[in-house]
Amino acid sequence: MKEYPQLGSKDTRSGFGEGLLEAGKRNENVVALCADLIGSVRMDLFQEAFPERMIECGIAESNMIGIAAGLALSGKVAFASSFAAFATGRVYDQIRQAVAYSNTNVKIAGSHAGITLGEDGATHQILEDIGMMKMLPNMVVLNPCDHNQTKAATIAAAEYDGPVYIRYGRPKVPVFIPEDMPFEIGKALVLNEGTDVTLVATGHLVWEALQAAKILEEEGISAEVIDIHTIKPLDNEAILKSVAKTNCLVGCEEHQYNGGLNESLAQLLVRNNPKPMEFIGIDDSFGESGTPDALMEKYGLKAQNIVEAAKRVIARK
Amino acid sequence: MATITELENISTQVRRDIIRMVNGVSSGHPGGSLGCADVMTALYFEVMDLDTANYKRDGKGEDMFFLSNGHISPVLYSVLARRGYFLVSELATFRKLGTRLQGHPSVHDELPGVRQASGSLGQGLSVGIGAALAKKFDSCDKLVYTLHGDGELQEGQIWEAIMFAGANKVDNLISIIDVNGLQIDGSTDQVCSLGNLRAKFEAFDWSIVEMNGNDMTDVIRGLNQAKAQAKQGKPVVVLMQTQMGFGVDFMQNKNKWHGTAPNDEQAAQALAQLKETLGDY
Repeated sequence: MKEYPQLGSKDTRSGFGEGLLEAGKRNENVVALCADLIGSVRMDLFQEAFPERMIECGIAESNMIGIAAGLALSGKVAFASSFAAFATGRVYDQIRQAVAYSNTNVKIAGSHAGITLGEDGATHQILEDIGMMKMLPNMVVLNPCDHNQTKAATIAAAEYDGPVYIRYGRPKVPVFIPEDMPFEIGKALVLNEGTDVTLVATGHLVWEALQAAKILEEEGISAEVIDIHTIKPLDNEAILKSVAKTNCLVGCEEHQYNGGLNESLAQLLVRNNPKPMEFIGIDDSFGESGTPDALMEKYGLKAQNIVEAAKRVIARK
Repeated sequence: MATITELENISTQVRRDIIRMVNGVSSGHPGGSLGCADVMTALYFEVMDLDTANYKRDGKGEDMFFLSNGHISPVLYSVLARRGYFLVSELATFRKLGTRLQGHPSVHDELPGVRQASGSLGQGLSVGIGAALAKKFDSCDKLVYTLHGDGELQEGQIWEAIMFAGANKVDNLISIIDVNGLQIDGSTDQVCSLGNLRAKFEAFDWSIVEMNGNDMTDVIRGLNQAKAQAKQGKPVVVLMQTQMGFGVDFMQNKNKWHGTAPNDEQAAQALAQLKETLGDY
C-alpha cells in the first residue's frame, strides 16, 4: 500500500493560522474577525503581520458574523473565527441570513471542533456543525485532515468567491499530507487504491483510516482510502467510482452520523448504487471530558474500529 | 436640491404605492412602511450621496443604506423604484411568484438597491458596521445609514453592535431608530419596555439626534444634523418619532396594521386620503 510517512505532529488550527497569514500576504482585502479567542484559533500570526486588518469583536459572535457580512459585501474577504461550537450553532440564524442567503464572501472558521477538543467537555465539543453548515444553500464545507491540508484549505477558501465553512481542531495530530499536495475544493484525494472495501474519511479520521488500511492489508484485505476534505460539494464521482470497484463503503468522521459525512454518503449510494455501508462516527450523543485519545477510543473512532467496520461491511456484500 | 413640497409629494406617492402593493397581494407590512415613508424619501431624494446610474453592491464611492427591519420592504421598494433603481412597474410584482421584490429583501435576484437580505431582526446594524469599517479601510469618506424598528431593539445582537460601534468609534455610521412605540403584540412598553433610549445610547458613547419622522421639514433638519455630527469620533443615532400607519387616518398609531394588508374597501378609503402626485404604477 502507498506509504504516508508521519512528517511530524501538529495541530490543524496552526495550519489555519499559517494559511490565513499566507492569504493575507497574497490579498490585501483579506480581513480577520475574532471573538476574544485570537490566540486560541491561531489568528495571532495574522494579527502580528497585519494588525490594522484584525478586528477584535469581543465576546459577541452574532455581531461578528454581521460585521463580516458587511465587510464582505463591500469587497473584503472576511474570515470570522471562534470555537466551532460558537462560530456555527450559536450564530446559525446570522450565518443563514447574512452569509448564506445573502451569498457574502465570508469564511466561517470553526476551531476546536469535534470530540478531540478533549477535556473542555460537551459544551465545547461540537458534533453537529457539519450538518448545520452543509444544509445551507451556497455554503461550501471544508474539513481538512492535518496541518498541511488545513493550511492549503485556508488559502483555497480565501481564493474562492462565496461563503465557506472551514472546520479544524485543537490537538496535535500526525502530519502526513505533503506540503506540495495540490488542494482543490470539491476534489477528493484517493490516498490509497484498493479493491475490497472503500474507506471514506474526513478530518482527523483520515489518519485513522490509513492506519486501518495498513492493518487490513496485513490480513489480506485491500482497502481504498479516500480523503474527503470537502464535505460540500461532495466529490460524488470519486466515491461512486470507488464503490463500483469495491461494492461496499465505510464512512469515517468525528461528527454525528445525522447530518454528517455518513449521511451524505448514504444519500449518494441510495440514489446511485445501493451497496452495504457502515458508519464510524458519533451516534446521537453528546461528548464528555477526557483526553482526545481516550475519547476517540470510547466513542469508537480509532483505526481498530474502522478495521472491524470494514470486515462487517465486506461480509454483507 | 428638492423643496419640502417636492419631497412631500414623493412621500405621498410612496404611501400610495405601499397601500396598493400590500392590497394587491393581501399580505405585507403597511404600518411601519407608512411611518417611514418620509425618512426614506428624504434619504434617497435629498440626503444620501448616491450613484444610482452605476449601482454596485459593494457601494464603493457612495453612501450606503441598510434596512434592518426588512418587513417594511414596501417602502424600500417604492423609494428605490421612484428613485430609478428599477422600473416603477415592477412594484406590481411584489410578493408574487418569481419576483425580485421578495416579501423580505433578498439579494438572490440582484435587485438594484438591495445589498443584503434582512427580515430576521437585529442583524442590520452589524452589517452596517462592517460596511462602515470597509469604507474606513478603503479611505472612502462616504457614510453608511441603517434603519431599525424600535421593537427590533429587543434583539440581543443589536446591543452587541451598539457596544462595538461605540467602543470602536465607528463614526461614519448613522443609525435611525423608528420610534413608533408599537410592535406586533402591543405597545413596546407593554411587550418589553425600551426604557430611556437616549440615555442608553449615550451610555454606549453614541452621538444623539432626535427628530419628528413624520414632518418633512424636521426630517431634513434632523438628517442634516446627523451628518454634521458624523465623523466626530462617535457613531450617530437618530431617534425618530413616528406614528405607525402615518398618512392613513384609520391606520395611524394602531399596531394591528403592523402586518395586516387592507382589503379592497379599506385600500380605497386609504387611497382617497393620498393624492396621486407622480402617477401610480
